[in-house]
Order: sequence, then structure tokens, then C-alpha cells
Amino acid sequence: MNIESDIFDIVATQAKVDRDTLKRDTRLSELDLQSIDIIELIFAIEDKFDISVPYNASDLNSAGIAFETVNDLIGAVERLNAEQHAQKAV
Amino acid sequence: MNRVVITGLGIVSPLGKNVADVTATLRAGRGAIGPITNIPTDGLITKIGAEVRDFDPAAYFADRQLTLFDRCAQFALVASREAIAQSGLSFRDGLGQRTATIIGSGVGGMVTLDDSFHRVYAEGAKRIHPLTIPKFMISAAMSHITMEHGITGPSFTVASACASANHAIGVAFHMVRAGSVDVAVTGGTEAVFTFGTIMGWDALRVMAPDMCRPFSRNRRGMVLGEGAAIMVLENRARAEARGAEILAEIVGFGMSSDALDIVLPSAAGAASAMRACLADAGLTAEEVGYINAHGTGTLANDVTETKAIHMAFGDHAKKLAVSSTKAMHGHALGASGALELAATVMALRQGFIPPTANFTEADPDCDLDYVPNEARAARVKVAMSNSFAFGGHNAVLAIRL
Repeated sequence: MNIESDIFDIVATQAKVDRDTLKRDTRLSELDLQSIDIIELIFAIEDKFDISVPYNASDLNSAGIAFETVNDLIGAVERLNAEQHAQKAV
Repeated sequence: MNRVVITGLGIVSPLGKNVADVTATLRAGRGAIGPITNIPTDGLITKIGAEVRDFDPAAYFADRQLTLFDRCAQFALVASREAIAQSGLSFRDGLGQRTATIIGSGVGGMVTLDDSFHRVYAEGAKRIHPLTIPKFMISAAMSHITMEHGITGPSFTVASACASANHAIGVAFHMVRAGSVDVAVTGGTEAVFTFGTIMGWDALRVMAPDMCRPFSRNRRGMVLGEGAAIMVLENRARAEARGAEILAEIVGFGMSSDALDIVLPSAAGAASAMRACLADAGLTAEEVGYINAHGTGTLANDVTETKAIHMAFGDHAKKLAVSSTKAMHGHALGASGALELAATVMALRQGFIPPTANFTEADPDCDLDYVPNEARAARVKVAMSNSFAFGGHNAVLAIRL
């Protein structure tokens, strides 16, 4: 599993942009994503990595997770993945 | 009170995906009932239906839109595009606020609901698509029509099982007649071919195993259909002032409730709605030339509806042409009233009465002229269209060419 690569794929698909135009520091706000697109993005991430992302549309920084850049998404998924799948192993 | 006319019509039906195709198929008496193909039928008793075949959503909608549109919303949007295009109206220039959007549906996004529940309960999904709720809600089709066309006036969905579309059109008719709005986009939509839904219909024991034969002695029940028909209603004076083509005038709407049984119909209740429609329209029984019957093909409906027509029309009943187009397009439940009013308008404008297809043998208890099997050339000016729903909800519309 390559979290960075998968996140780039998911963001590119949801934002309908070429994958090559995305960088780690690309801001999600630059990508013309409506609130419903963000929700679909979160869903795609949860589905792909089988993790639960604590996100409520009214509270953009739930549980200290920032979703401002692609890098933030990668970091969040790496952390949640480690927490949630490590717990299962125990 | 204002007079109300139809200035646009659109349809997605098992008989065709536009008005011209559907009209030609009605005239040819060519039915669309056949083996169900959209879902597997192993384990179902009912294996026949009238489906909208070869409907390719990608031909009408972008990928991104499809995540929001259940099949019933797709049908409604395609039909509304045809109707609104024909009307020539644009709603974004101020007319929007004076336009109502009132759509009938029995159950709304059943395909989406069924699919989502399957994921959760059968597949153990931990999460479902974020747009599941806005996609299956019964009002979704109506919402998308307002959004696509920029209609900012009153908007809501009407549900009364098999009478939903007639009720929706009737309420829209009332609003234009009263001057609450100048225009209304109205009709009905339904798409219920899912495994679980058909199993539910099987259990009622009213489904025909072979074919839909309304009013025939050997009829064995109903056959499900699907689709949407949308029409633009307009204040007559306004339509005439702008030189719009007037397809027909809606002259009356009658309603009643049986208040008796959740599935069995009542002749008295149905007759009451037909009489109410005549009174509302200021018509005598003798002025009506044709009735598009509810005519589901069940033992109960067809004999009860025949009695009701006798009660409401007296001696004139024997002179009426009465046909059920459900024999060709199936019973589209919440969309049926709209599909059938559209069929009535289109057929009469082209000078024919649509037949009751699959008519094999007369039933002594069904003794009216049902226009068996072949379309009949006729110059009918005034017609009625019946919808009688589970729960005893009767809604009857009358039109004049």
C-alpha cells in the first residue's frame, strides 16, 4: 500500500484534475471542491484505506486533523491507519 | 378563475423515450410487457414487467450528476427537458417565481434505497455513499427539476400510491386556476424494479404471471411498469398571448376517498370522484367521449371500475369508449396518472383512441366498450383519466382538446 500515491489518485479523481498537476503542498481550496465534494473525498479515503475519519462538515478541524493541503491528508491517513489497524492487531 | 392549458409534454415510458415514439407505439397497439431484464428474477414469482429498455444514463447526464440521480430522478429529468423545451418557456428570467413544480411519486428512489440496504445488511458495509439520503428521498426528482431549470416558485412532491401523479397534476391545476402561479411543471415518476420490491408485489397475489389483460374474462392481475411523464401547465390567457401551441385544456379534477380498505377498491368511491370531476369541469356525462381507465387488470379493479362508470355516467356509459393503456405500458404506480394523461392527450390530438391491448374474451361483469386490441380512429374532444389507488384514493382528471 502506498498511501501517498493512493491519496493523489483519490484527490485527482474527485477534483477532476490531472494527477500530475498535484503536489504535496497543493491546497484543497485551490481545487474547486464544494463541501459535498469534500464529503465524497473523505468517503473515498475511508473506503480505500478501511479507516474511520472523524470529520464533521460543521467543524473543519475535528480531532486536530487539518485538511488544508494534500500533505495534510497524507499525514492524517498515515496516522489513522496506524492507530486503527494497530488496534485491530491487538 | 383562470383556464389552464398544457403547453409542453415529455415522456420516458416503456413504450418509448419521447412523445413521438410513445404515440406511434400506442397507435400500433404494440405492448412493452415482456420478461424482466434489468434484474435477475430467480426466486421471484413475477418474471414479467414493462421496463424502460436501453435507457443509458450517460447519454443524458454527466458522471458527476449521476451520483445524485436515482433512476426515477433520471426519468423525471429527461421527461421535464422534453416538456419544457416544447413549451418554449425559460424560468430564469422572473417566470421562475411564478412557476410551481409539483411531481407525484409512489416511493421515490427505491432502486437507491434497495441497493444501499443490500450493502449494509447483506454485504456488511461499514459506510455508505454520503449522498445516499438526498438520492433516495422521495422529493429528489422534483428537487432536481427545479435546480436544472431554475424554477424558484412553490415546489413539493405528492404521494398517494397509484394516484400520486393525478393528484400532483390536479394540485398544479388548482394553483394555476386560482392564480397562485402562472405556470406549473407537473407529472409523475416511478422506478421500482428491484428484487425486494417485486417480492413484495408477489406476496399480494395480484400479479399476472402471463400478461396484462384489463377487462378480459381471463385476466389474472397487474403487471408493473416504470417511467415518467412531465407536463407544463399554463394560464390559458398567458399561453394565448405569447402564441404558444396549446396541446389540451385541463377542465376539471375530482377526488374522493373510499375510507374502506387498504387494497380493495370501492365503486361508490370511484364514482364519486368521477362525478366530482364532471361537476368541477361543468361537464355533463354526455359530453365525455373517452375514459382512460385505471384498468390494472386485476379481478377487483376492473369489475369495480366498470360498476363505477355505470354509476357516474348512467345511460351514457354504454356510449363511452373506455380503454386501459396499462395493457401496453404496465402499471407505473406513482407515475401512472401522468403516463396515462399524456397518452390520452397525444392520442386524441392525433385522432385516435388507444386500445386495450391483450383483450381476449369478454367478461359478462365488464360490459362497456373497451376498444379491444386495435386503436380506433375517432374525433373525441373531451376525455377523462382515472387513477384509483391502494387505500381508496381516487383522483380523476378531465381534458378538452
